[in-house]
Amino acid sequence: MSTVADTIRTRNDEASGALIGYLPVGFPSLDASVDAAVALVENGVDIVELGLPYSDPVMDGLTIQRATQTALRNGFRLRHGFEAVERIRARVDAPLLVMTYWNPVVQYGVERFATDLQNAGGAGLITPDLIPDEAAEWMAASTGHDLDRVFLAAPSSSDARMKQAVESSRGFVYAVSTMGITGARDDVDAAARGVVSRLREAGSTSACVGLGISTAEQVADVLSYADGAIVGSRLVAALEQGGVAEVAKVASELAEGTRR
Amino acid sequence: MNLREQVGPYFGEFGGRFVPESLIAALDELDAAYKAAKADPAFAAELAELHRTYTGRPSIITEARRFAEHAGGARIILKREDLNHTGSHKINNVLGQALLAKRLGKSRIIAETGAGQHGVASATAAALFGLECVVYMGEVDTERQALNVARMKLLGAEVVPVTVGSRTLKDAINEALRDWVANVENTHYLLGTVAGPHPFPTMVRDFHSVIGIEAREQVLALTGRLPDAVVACVGGGSNAMGIFHAFLDDESVRLIGNEAAGDGVDTMFHAATISKGRPGVLHGARSLMLQDEDGQTMESHSISAGLDYPGVGPEHAWLDSIGRAEYRPVTDAQAMDALRLLSRTEGIIPAIETAHALHGAIELGRELGPEGIVLVSLSGRGDKDMETAARYFGLLDAAAAEASA
Repeated sequence: MSTVADTIRTRNDEASGALIGYLPVGFPSLDASVDAAVALVENGVDIVELGLPYSDPVMDGLTIQRATQTALRNGFRLRHGFEAVERIRARVDAPLLVMTYWNPVVQYGVERFATDLQNAGGAGLITPDLIPDEAAEWMAASTGHDLDRVFLAAPSSSDARMKQAVESSRGFVYAVSTMGITGARDDVDAAARGVVSRLREAGSTSACVGLGISTAEQVADVLSYADGAIVGSRLVAALEQGGVAEVAKVASELAEGTRR
Repeated sequence: MNLREQVGPYFGEFGGRFVPESLIAALDELDAAYKAAKADPAFAAELAELHRTYTGRPSIITEARRFAEHAGGARIILKREDLNHTGSHKINNVLGQALLAKRLGKSRIIAETGAGQHGVASATAAALFGLECVVYMGEVDTERQALNVARMKLLGAEVVPVTVGSRTLKDAINEALRDWVANVENTHYLLGTVAGPHPFPTMVRDFHSVIGIEAREQVLALTGRLPDAVVACVGGGSNAMGIFHAFLDDESVRLIGNEAAGDGVDTMFHAATISKGRPGVLHGARSLMLQDEDGQTMESHSISAGLDYPGVGPEHAWLDSIGRAEYRPVTDAQAMDALRLLSRTEGIIPAIETAHALHGAIELGRELGPEGIVLVSLSGRGDKDMETAARYFGLLDAAAAEASA
């Protein structure tokens, strides 16, 4: 049973959809990243996406790169990721997905990673550089540990690949709003609407849009056709500029977008 | 054995596609275009004509007799990719991919570069075909290869110094991948080595396989038999795959790849990915890589910018795993000694990358003795490295001291 999918369904019923907020572990420090993630939930974020810092983050723009490189320089280790999941889940009930590039999972051991994530109270993984075609080991481990697996669908994905993303994912499908990397954008690409509608045709009941979303207006706009809106860089920038208090403020502003 | 027939996406447990979904359509499109081109005699003819009239192919072989005296008296035969237009083997792959980019209707190419050889070759092809060209280069490398930066700019390319991460080749690839994700509609990523997601390892190898095909015939014609060993330097591994490929099914021929050992493989400062790395996923493929316990990529170190890479092409990882090729480390000091030796015995100044293979040839020659024949991929010329070499050997200081005396 996916608590992520349940949360999204509930938020679709009681509001216009779910708000998913991203922050990396260990930035600006392990403690502050835990406090910031808790603050997200206390200010209207429905699902936490916790990023694991990685040396070669090809899907990330400068804001997130800067934050994750700082975390690495400060000594981030994978075990801190599980520790953060546990500490956040001890304080709030919102489901928590971990976002990670694939190599750290491979090195930790896919099965061991799934075991430790489940034990820490994590709901599953978002894997930006793992496509279902290469994911046999993760499919088995996530099924075995009752974990969600979120694969990506892009404007460039073929119909067959849309279908594959829907059938392989559990929790939701991550609809990439634009051909690009993470980072705030003035316009969330019209392509996002197309991706979601093609995911619906492929049978998706849980499609969340990410990349470029940074305002309550954009959240509201995305939730008019999608099940969830994912915000990352805007929250990271807030944390960088004004600490946990600023993240709380921005999260609460963004959450307004779910009530329009 | 039919090792030559491997076409990916997997080489044993290595290879594949570990990239964001956004890039899959472009990789599929490229794969289809490449397969069609491979089956089209007109494509092969166009590329061969370019190589004949522009690259300067076939490249010659040179027997290095005076150098061989230092290599146990074995016959040392150099495959002269340094004589290609732009000064290295890199042009072989670049012209092939640029032709494909035209077939795909792309108006813009992007490339990563370490030493600058691939960047220069890409800028050259862009000028030749009238394509827009952006080259990503680690900031550290733009400093140690300033001459190549100037060459790329003169050729009309935009050179973007990469200031994130370790600011070397690995980060230049990350940045090129980010650009490609955002601009894939009009842009071809002209990847410069046999790494990356399928079809790059196979395609880049195929475009370089002309090196081994020519050399195999040339060595047979010169000596009447196959060489005992083929030696090449390995960073990502493109010149090595290019010269190895024709010999993969010749069981009597040993294949030796020389990796950059920097200060030594037992120090923290090396780029010996196969000797010291573990399986992992980097830049779109599963291969061997230098990484810590958590799977974070470690920084590599080499005096040679072109070998300063913590990954390696998946086909090399596979050839190592099945024991078909041997990979040996060569330190900065060993490479620089070999660079000076070839300069002084043969009047050929090799690239520092290539000098790693020349040290490998000395080792092999000594092991084989006077009966042995060693074919060496002389992958690039040393013009771009003069500042590093002059500093290393103290030549600039001596000249300055003389001038002020």
